[in-house]
Amino acid sequence: MSAMETKKKIRVLIAKPDLDGHDRGAKIVALALRDAGMEVAYTGLHQSIEQIVSTAVQESVDIIGLSIMTGAHLSISQRLIGQLKEAKMDHVKVVVGGVIPKKDIKALKEIGVHAVFPGGTPFSEITDTIQALVNGG
Amino acid sequence: MGVARYIRNEKDAIKEVLYQSGIRVKTAYGPKDLEAVGFDYEKDLGDPGEYPFTRSLHPGGYRTRAWTTRQYTGFGTPQETNRRFKWMISHGQTGLNVAFDLPTQMGLDSDDPRARGEIGRVGMAVDSLRDFEIAFQDIPFDRIGSGLTINANASVMLAMYQAVAEKFGYAKEVISATPQNDILKEMIGRGAWIFPVEPAVRLVGDCIEYAVKVLPRCNPVSVCGYHIRESGATPAQEIACALEIARAYIDNVAARGLSPESFVGRFSFNLNVYGNLWEQVAKFRAARKLWATLLKEEYGVKNKKALFLRGLFGGGGSGLTKEQPENNIIRGAYYALAAALGGAQTTALCSFDEAYTIPTPRAALLSLRTLEILMEEVGLRDTVDPLAGSYFIETLTKEMEEKILEEVAWIRKMGGMIQAVATGAIQRAVTQQAYAFEKGLQNKEIIKVGVNKYTEGDPPEVELHEYDEKWAEKQIQSLKALRRQRDNREVMRTLKALESSTRAGKNVMPDLVACCKAYATVGEMTGVFREVFGEWEEPSIF
Repeated sequence: MSAMETKKKIRVLIAKPDLDGHDRGAKIVALALRDAGMEVAYTGLHQSIEQIVSTAVQESVDIIGLSIMTGAHLSISQRLIGQLKEAKMDHVKVVVGGVIPKKDIKALKEIGVHAVFPGGTPFSEITDTIQALVNGG
Repeated sequence: MGVARYIRNEKDAIKEVLYQSGIRVKTAYGPKDLEAVGFDYEKDLGDPGEYPFTRSLHPGGYRTRAWTTRQYTGFGTPQETNRRFKWMISHGQTGLNVAFDLPTQMGLDSDDPRARGEIGRVGMAVDSLRDFEIAFQDIPFDRIGSGLTINANASVMLAMYQAVAEKFGYAKEVISATPQNDILKEMIGRGAWIFPVEPAVRLVGDCIEYAVKVLPRCNPVSVCGYHIRESGATPAQEIACALEIARAYIDNVAARGLSPESFVGRFSFNLNVYGNLWEQVAKFRAARKLWATLLKEEYGVKNKKALFLRGLFGGGGSGLTKEQPENNIIRGAYYALAAALGGAQTTALCSFDEAYTIPTPRAALLSLRTLEILMEEVGLRDTVDPLAGSYFIETLTKEMEEKILEEVAWIRKMGGMIQAVATGAIQRAVTQQAYAFEKGLQNKEIIKVGVNKYTEGDPPEVELHEYDEKWAEKQIQSLKALRRQRDNREVMRTLKALESSTRAGKNVMPDLVACCKAYATVGEMTGVFREVFGEWEEPSIF
């Protein structure tokens, strides 16, 4: 691998699925990732899973960060991972942040979510995990 | 309340205090500070009940009239919401504050695929007048006022409120509703928007114009700094945004030929109490003055009562923590104190368990009692504006005024609020503040008790409101039955009329009332607007 390629910026899509409009967390995480040197795209609100997958394709991202505050994280993650597979985009890794009860973390990992960041997770932990997932994993 | 920055020396003494709005606080204040900011009693304060109302809207303050309380209520099915309403009223609540689920807020019927998983989750599901008939059964419309937390389709819900009241035999002249109806703040902070900026503001204007002409006891808009603050804005930005949003609505309605004098008295404000106690008190006092000044100086409003900034000052949810949740009871009490010292007309507190679950009735009642203790035991009704004349508070109020005006000038420079929202300039500025705040918390420049200092063990597990598929199914079945039972020709006729008035740029409210009475659904009525206006595309802010 050439030096150029190893320095390639990690491309992240921050996505807000469904009707919930609380995007403070999504937006500040997007800024933190950008400050950590990543290329960050943000979907905006009220996105269907189809729209998120299509933006991920367009932006050719390495990783999708779902921000979910409503309690619907299990079904949304499952649908997203399923549709990524269908679109032959399953090399894209999925992480989830928001209001996530601890008891659900294991279930999220089992359906293929790579990392979970409940509200209050330090920015450094989020950026380190994403870097490890994309470069090291 | 923990959002100022404190710079300490090695002995833990505080060297510097910097408030969020960018004001540096001195160790002590005296007469020279008042001189330095050019403080003038008549000009800056006035007696209580006198222009510019910095001290109070009424000469007697809380002696004449205590503040009212409104807890945010409503979840699940209309039946359950009705039970909760009656319970709150029987426990002393004087007004209702109605929460709607996300599909209702977004104008989607319960059987719309996009509503899946959200029916009744964060508020009451409303598909048609039938749901209002159940939710408001036996509520005395002439005595109890209702705040309706609805924005993008506030026009639909205001029409439905009139329709249900009339159905129960109340004249439209006696009903008192306050739809939130502030779409610009949804675009900045809360996210429940549907239509593009211009038609969305027109619908806000339609509600205001209609209420002024037809619903004498309704306050058709509640301008919200609250959610903008929750999204990260500083207190000064919060008030500047509220003032400039209100200006956008005034201009829309005034352009229809109504004089601001005739309608600005119907505006109310929903502001946030979260933050440093002194900064909040100064913020509320400065806000009252700036609103009165704006109306008098720029819109030539003369009627004294029309100059009032009537406010619901609510305890901010973002101040609460899921760590050591009992601490939120204490926080709530201090937020209530700040609201009272700031001269609130109405207060609402988030319940202490709200950071990790849907509030229990017990916790909601505790919020009510917190306010009652302030009124009945602590002495907040003793005298008007008790902090007036304090060297510190009066200096700070003047400084807050300056900071707010700086933010106002920035918004004006961006082309005014409508333009600033359409381009994303405001959203970007607020997000930057939220980011700076979060970094401050993470590096402990900003202290939150139980979160990044005085921590103990793991916080209790977040309990998400268990989503009950049975509720959703029940709501969908009832909607399907309605579609069969109603007079569908009448529904089509009224929807057609709504489409014509929408396209013609006429006030949509009379046609919406007719649609509601024909049992047209929320999705059908909002669908007409979607068809005519299209949907908003958020500007990119990154």
